[in-house]
Amino acid sequence: MRNNKSVFANIDWTLVFIYMLMLFFGWLNIYAANYDEGAVNLITMNAEPGKQLFWIATSFIWIFLILLLDGKFYTTFSYLIYIFMLLLLIGVLIIGKEIGGAKSWYDLGSFSMQPSEFAKIGVLLALSKYLSQLNINLTNIDTQIKAFALILLPIILIMLQPDAGSAIVFASLFLVLYREGISGVYLVILALVISLFILTLKFETQIAMIITTLVATVFGYLIKKGKNSIKPAIFSLVIALGFIQSVEYLYNEILRPHHRSRIDLILGKIDDIHGAGYNLHQSKIAIGSGGFSGKGFLDGTQTKFNFVPEQSTDFIFCTIGEEWGFIGSVITIGLFLALLLRLIVLAERQRSTFSRVYGYGLATILFCHFFINIAMTIGIMPVIGIPLPFFSYGGSSLWGFSILLFIFIKLDAYRMDILR
Amino acid sequence: MSRNKFTERRLFFYFLFVGTTLLLLITLFGIQILNDSYKVSAENNVIKAITIYPERGYIYDREGVLLVTNQRAYDLMVTPRQIKQLDTIALCKIIDIDLEGFNKSLKRAKHYSTRKASLLLKEISKQTAAQLQERLYEFPGFYLQERTIRQYPERSAAHILGYVSQVPDYILKKDDYYKRNDNYGISGVESSYEKDLRGVRGTQYLIRDVWNRPKGSFEDGKYDSLAINGKDIELSIDIQLQKYAEDLMRNKKGSIVAIEPATGEILTLVSSPNYDPNLLIGRSRSINFNRMYKDLDKPLFDRSLLAEYPPGSTFKLVNALIALQEGVIYDGTRFSCDEGWRFSAKLKIGCHAHKSPLNLIESIEQSCNAYYCNTFRRIVEKYPTASKGYENWREHVLSFGLGDFLNNDLYNGRKGRVPTVDFYNKQYGKGSWKAPTVISLSIGQDALVVSPIQMANMCAAIANRGHYYTPHIVREIDAVPLNDSTYNIPKYTSIDKKYFNTVINGMERVFTGKHGTAKTARVKGIEICGKTGTAENSHGEDHSIFIAFAPKENPQIAIAVYVENGGWGSTWAAPIASLMIEKYLTGQISNSKQEAFILNGNLMNTEDAK
Repeated sequence: MRNNKSVFANIDWTLVFIYMLMLFFGWLNIYAANYDEGAVNLITMNAEPGKQLFWIATSFIWIFLILLLDGKFYTTFSYLIYIFMLLLLIGVLIIGKEIGGAKSWYDLGSFSMQPSEFAKIGVLLALSKYLSQLNINLTNIDTQIKAFALILLPIILIMLQPDAGSAIVFASLFLVLYREGISGVYLVILALVISLFILTLKFETQIAMIITTLVATVFGYLIKKGKNSIKPAIFSLVIALGFIQSVEYLYNEILRPHHRSRIDLILGKIDDIHGAGYNLHQSKIAIGSGGFSGKGFLDGTQTKFNFVPEQSTDFIFCTIGEEWGFIGSVITIGLFLALLLRLIVLAERQRSTFSRVYGYGLATILFCHFFINIAMTIGIMPVIGIPLPFFSYGGSSLWGFSILLFIFIKLDAYRMDILR
Repeated sequence: MSRNKFTERRLFFYFLFVGTTLLLLITLFGIQILNDSYKVSAENNVIKAITIYPERGYIYDREGVLLVTNQRAYDLMVTPRQIKQLDTIALCKIIDIDLEGFNKSLKRAKHYSTRKASLLLKEISKQTAAQLQERLYEFPGFYLQERTIRQYPERSAAHILGYVSQVPDYILKKDDYYKRNDNYGISGVESSYEKDLRGVRGTQYLIRDVWNRPKGSFEDGKYDSLAINGKDIELSIDIQLQKYAEDLMRNKKGSIVAIEPATGEILTLVSSPNYDPNLLIGRSRSINFNRMYKDLDKPLFDRSLLAEYPPGSTFKLVNALIALQEGVIYDGTRFSCDEGWRFSAKLKIGCHAHKSPLNLIESIEQSCNAYYCNTFRRIVEKYPTASKGYENWREHVLSFGLGDFLNNDLYNGRKGRVPTVDFYNKQYGKGSWKAPTVISLSIGQDALVVSPIQMANMCAAIANRGHYYTPHIVREIDAVPLNDSTYNIPKYTSIDKKYFNTVINGMERVFTGKHGTAKTARVKGIEICGKTGTAENSHGEDHSIFIAFAPKENPQIAIAVYVENGGWGSTWAAPIASLMIEKYLTGQISNSKQEAFILNGNLMNTEDAK
């Protein structure tokens, strides 16, 4: 051990600084979202701002413990933690409390705990552990299947709750496999599938097929690779057209009605500002009415008078947008971009595969939350109920993200001690 | 060593993160800076304009008796989204409407908005509202909103007062002031003085949260405006006389109009059959309205302003005055009458048997037809051509306020008709008609028609010896006397004052003369001047007509009475006129036998019987 003087030795203060800024700004907005003229003291355990202070304080305890533990602890107990988290996910399906039709929460008396927020830690550790084995080769189908399985297992359990939002976040971990050497074809296929899906829903099936055929023909003509590639090219086109044909079925049979209406809203196929579109409509009003510099702290009428639902959790960005305006938006998004880029920079400087995979995984998960959350409040993405990390109110997500982040900070601080 | 074969793939992540971040920022730039509509939407969300309804002005009679007041009524409002486990049957039972109607209204409310409150049932009575109020907690999503509706404590003067209902669509389109469901005066004084009575709506801007709970006033009430209550109106009507007139006209069709000659103020304006104005308020309005609308006796039709009848013999007074003014007769002029006036074998105007010849005063007393046929011929034939002579005659007639709108403050009116030269040219051909052709005009028949209020006004002009004030119904608005040149500047007839005395003496003789046509309607101690009339009615019994004023000197009241199918003017109209005059001038009735006869008289079924 080179640096055993202090638990804070070698830690990346940039990340810590960004983390602290986010917690502070996030808490201010939770306070504003709950604020109401003539309201009683909000800094009590009966109000969200008070409770969030408690979650922040307890997160610091977690952080201290994480930094205190030896870096080797995480590599050693990766699978164990993974299995423990899987058990939690199974348990919640059995004894979980049903809220809004989903069994996603453990009822712990005065508090609730959402295991999927913690399961991220387990998956990330296990994936890092698996990919950091010697002689691992992601071009190998067998390795690919095992890596996929590690990620898919918790996704399946989460889909059983069901909690589509968290499942999407876990799925984003596939991006990490790309960094670790899996073929780029997967990414291309994924991008194509998403594009065709949106294209088909936006237009009619027939029109989507015509567009696809035209684009493919023009594309094929421009590339002109030779006769050998004609057959596979036509084969791909046929598959694509087949997929387009099945989109409507998948859309209607697999997605639930509220998923469909959220997607239809984004695609502009329905316009219902009093029903399904109410949240989005009010959310956009809140953010849009903030203007350049916002209405001022505690002066947001949309949020203060509860026009936006879930405004301290999933829709916390509305409060930011309304009271702090475009400046607030830029600051928030800037903080996230700084955090994400810093994580990639740090991940790339890791000497161990474990730490690098972990860093990429962390960045991917945070990105996923950050982008989907803000995009849904401004109508770029359908409404997917996942929190904005470090901003949204909630103990489970704050603890989960704090632990995730500080394990990486610990791993990073510990990097010089690792040979492999 | 870690495998860094794929290090360049980190660029993918950089692009992904920076690219999506830019996407978010560009979108936010659009929403927050380029697009202003969200700011408006946010204000619309929280700032709720609360309308403060002014209280509609009260209406009093000339003695200060309250005729129209306001009472509290309640509208049942519903916010469909807040409805929880609705016991529809229980609610329908309390508010007393059928399930089907309720569901229809609720559907309409839902269609309007599930989040905003809308009207479910309007103008619930106080009693029902009180019952509902107690149990309202059982019906989340429903609440009662107070509003005022009219009330008519005297249960009288329905046609004069008119009624108030919600503002009709064509007014909504025309006048920016009104909003849907506002009150609006539909007829009568409620309509003609709508702008004074309604007051001015106030607006209060409140901050509301998403549950529509008030969160204080917007910018400390900087933009609020107070409601200004409607002005109170004092009518010229004497409600005691009005009610007495309505009683006299019970079970009779027709009209009574009484005017104060010195001012033109309308004392009584009765159209019969009439109805209790309280029938046209609240929820039962449309039912009652439809019932009355279909009634063959047309209770909604205001005969006093809208009916047009021939003036009959009462019009002889005007002809006499014109003849005197034109110098074609004088007081002593006599015409003989051989039970009528004969021009040719075909053309004859009959008359009753009386001594002959008669002078002017006697001709009025006994209502001699022949006298006026001769008079009329002289008036017209004074000029070289019939049309010139006729035109001259017509100008005199018009100066009595006949043949055109009186242009007053009443909601309704008719021009009546004093036929023009063109009218007869069309009927008989130009130059093919002469005074004898239209000789019936001399006795108030032919194509001449007038409304009861025009008759009363004509009577007032005679009472005033040559001028009248435009009849009007309002005296004061908010205790300020009406100061309108339309009403307080006299309008002069084309007849000089000096010619009136003879005619008025004749009118007195109608009561006092041995052969007076209304001698049975004489009232001891009051010098009444009047004239009977009978208007031929092709549909049935003739209409009984009477005009009168009293006292002879310094007249207080001028009156016109029409009783449809009442036969001779002396039978019904004359006694009604004298009862009215006596009641107004003395406050009592000396001839109670005659009063009882009139009160009990029933002429309503005559037409059915025929």
